[in-house]
Amino acid sequence: MYTQALNAKDAVVEAAGPEEAGRNGRFQARVDAEERIEPNDWMPEAYRRTLVRQISQHAHSEIVGMLPEGNWITRAPSLKRKAALLAKVQDEAGHGLYLYAAAETLGTSREELVDQLLSGKAKYSSIFNYPTLSWADIGAIGWLVDGAAIMNQIPLCRCSYGPYARAMIRICKEESFHQRQGYEIMLTLCRGTPEQKAMAQDALNRWWWPCLMMFGPPDAESQHSEQSAQWKIKRFSNDELRQKFVDATVPQGHHLGLTFPDPDLTYDEAAGHWRFGAIDWEEFRQVLAGNGPCNRQRMKQRRDAHAAGAWVREAAMAHAEKRARRAREATGAVAAAA
Amino acid sequence: MAEAKIPLWEVFIRSRNGLAHKHVGSLHAADAGMALQAARDVYTRRGEGLSLWVVPSAAIVASDPADKEMLFEPTASKIYRHPTFYEVPDDVGHM
Amino acid sequence: MSTTSIALAESPLLALVLRRADDALILGHRLSEWCGHAPMLEEDIALANIALDCVGQARALYEYAAQVDGRGLTEDDFAYRREAHQYRNCLLVEQPNGDFAATIVRQVLFSAFIDPYWRAMMGSADAALAAVAAKAEKETAYHLRHAAEWLIRLGDGTAESRARVQAALDDLWPYAGEAFESDPAEAGLVAAGIAVDPASLRPAFDRTIARVLEEATLTRPTGSGAQSGGRRGRHSEHLGFILADLQYLQRAHPGAVW
Repeated sequence: MYTQALNAKDAVVEAAGPEEAGRNGRFQARVDAEERIEPNDWMPEAYRRTLVRQISQHAHSEIVGMLPEGNWITRAPSLKRKAALLAKVQDEAGHGLYLYAAAETLGTSREELVDQLLSGKAKYSSIFNYPTLSWADIGAIGWLVDGAAIMNQIPLCRCSYGPYARAMIRICKEESFHQRQGYEIMLTLCRGTPEQKAMAQDALNRWWWPCLMMFGPPDAESQHSEQSAQWKIKRFSNDELRQKFVDATVPQGHHLGLTFPDPDLTYDEAAGHWRFGAIDWEEFRQVLAGNGPCNRQRMKQRRDAHAAGAWVREAAMAHAEKRARRAREATGAVAAAA
Repeated sequence: MAEAKIPLWEVFIRSRNGLAHKHVGSLHAADAGMALQAARDVYTRRGEGLSLWVVPSAAIVASDPADKEMLFEPTASKIYRHPTFYEVPDDVGHM
Repeated sequence: MSTTSIALAESPLLALVLRRADDALILGHRLSEWCGHAPMLEEDIALANIALDCVGQARALYEYAAQVDGRGLTEDDFAYRREAHQYRNCLLVEQPNGDFAATIVRQVLFSAFIDPYWRAMMGSADAALAAVAAKAEKETAYHLRHAAEWLIRLGDGTAESRARVQAALDDLWPYAGEAFESDPAEAGLVAAGIAVDPASLRPAFDRTIARVLEEATLTRPTGSGAQSGGRRGRHSEHLGFILADLQYLQRAHPGAVW
C-alpha cells in the first residue's frame, strides 16, 4: 500500500573510471529521455540497490499492512463490509506479490526479501505499527492511509524502472476502491449514532499525525531524494506530497463534520494551501527504530506465519519433485520399451 | 537452514477470445498445477481473463540488450517492406 | 426486556435455506481468519478467494431467506441477530482452522459434499434456489479442485506433511457424515422437487474421497462419522466464539447502521 522514504544512505554514485562514467552518462540520458529501464539493461549498481530497497520496502509494507486491517475481518459489522474488507486485504497480498516479483527482476529472490523482513533488516512503512482499536480505524485507514498511499503511488506509475512502473499501474487500478470504501465507512459512522461519530473522531485523532509521517522526513533531512529524483524513481519530494495530501484531505474531513487534531491547521488563502502544525519527528524516529506500539507484535505475527507454513512449502516442493521423477521414469520406461 | 526456493513462473492471460495471451506478471509455485491455480487466484480476481498460460521463468530465453543494435537496427533500412513505400495513384482507389 | 435477536418461524423451506446459508457463512468466516497468515502469499490470496465465494453465497441465500420469511428482514438480520442455537450449519464448518492440513481436510470434506449438492440443485423446482445453485456450483467445483490438490500434495509430500494431514483427517472425519442427514420436513421438499436428498449424494462423495485419498496415499478413517446436531442448533463450543466476534458490533450497538 505504501512506500516510504527511509533515509537509507547507500545511494551514492560509485566512483568510476571513464568507461563507467560513459555508461552512467548513457544510462542517465535514457532516463532523461523518459525511456523505461528493463531488467536486463545495464544499470548503475546504486540504481539497482536503491530500487531493490524501495520496491521491497513497499512490498513488505503491503504484507505487514494486511495485519492491522485483518484484525477486523471477522468483526466487520455487516456482510457487505466483511466482503469489501476481505477483498481489500486480499488485494494487499496481491500488491505485495506483484512488488516482490518486480524486485526479483533485479536479481534478488522472494526468499531473500522475506528473510530481510523477518530478520528485521528491511524496513516497512511506519504506519502499520499503530493499532486498529475500533471499526472506525478501518474507515480511517482506507480514507487516510490509502489516500496518502495514492499520492505516492500515482507518480510511481511513471517510474523509470519498467517492472516497478507496470506493477504500480496494476496496483493503482486495483486500489481505486480502497480509499472510497474507507471514506464511505467514515461517512456512515458520522451520520450514525453519537457513539459511532465519537468512534470516527477518535480514529481520526489517532491516525492523522502518523499519516502525515508516512511521507517521510522533511525534504531538508531526506538524504537520497535528489539522486532518486534524478533517476526518476521519485518524482515529487516528501514535503510536496505531504502538502498535496493535506490539501486534498482536510475538506473531506470537514465534510464528515470531524475535527482534525491540530490547533494550528489553517487555510492560507494567498497560497491556496492548508497549513499544518509541527510534526513530532521524534515519534516517527521511535517507530522506525522499532519502538512503535505494535512493531514487535506485527513482526512476531509475520514470523509465526512464515514458520508455521514452512512444512507446507517443503511438502509442496517434495511433492513436485516426486511428480517430476515419476514423469521422468514413465517416459524412460516408454523409451526403453520402444 | 535456508529453505529451498519455490520456482518462479510467468503468467500470460488471454483477456478475450480473438486476442493473444499477454504477459501480466509472475508468481511462485512448486509445480505447474499449483502455478495455474495461483495464476487464476492472483491475476484474474476482476474478470481479467478467459485463458491462462504459466511458463517457468527459467524456461524463457531472452535476447541480450547489448545485442539490440545488431538485432533490431538493420531492419530500419528495409523501408520497401512497408506499403507506404509504393506509389499508387489516387484514382486507382484503395489497395 | 428487549432483545437484539430475531425470532423465526422456520418453515421447511426457510430451514433448508438457512442450512445452506449458515454453512457458507461459517466456513467463509473460518477461511477469512487465514488472511495474512497463510503458508505462502499465493495461498493467502487463494484462501481469501474461497472465503469471498462463501460469503457471497451466504448473502444470496440470506436474501432469499428474508424473502421466504416475508417480514422485511435483511441478510444482516440473519447473520448478526441469531443466537448460536438458531444457526443451522453443520459442525464441520465451524471446526477451527488448526494447521493448514486441518483447513484443507475440512475444505475437501465439505466441498466433496456441497459441490455435487449444488449441481443437483440446479434442477430445483424453486427457481431462486436453482439460480443460487447455478452460480455456487462453479465456485464449489473450484474449491474442491484446489483443496483436493493440496490434500494430495500434503499426503504425498514429506513425512511430516503426511502425518499432519492424516491426523487432521482422523480428527475431522467424525464430522463428515452430518451433511448427508435430513429430517422429515426436508423430505417434503425433496418430494416436491425443491430440495435434493443429501443422502443421495453420499456415493458421489465417497467416490471423490476415495480417489483423492488414494492419490494422497492417505488412509480413510474407519467409523461412521457420528458427530451431528448443528442442523438442530446443537453446536460445538466453537460456534459461540465465532458469533462473539462476528456479531459483536451489531450486538453492542443495536439498531445502528454500518
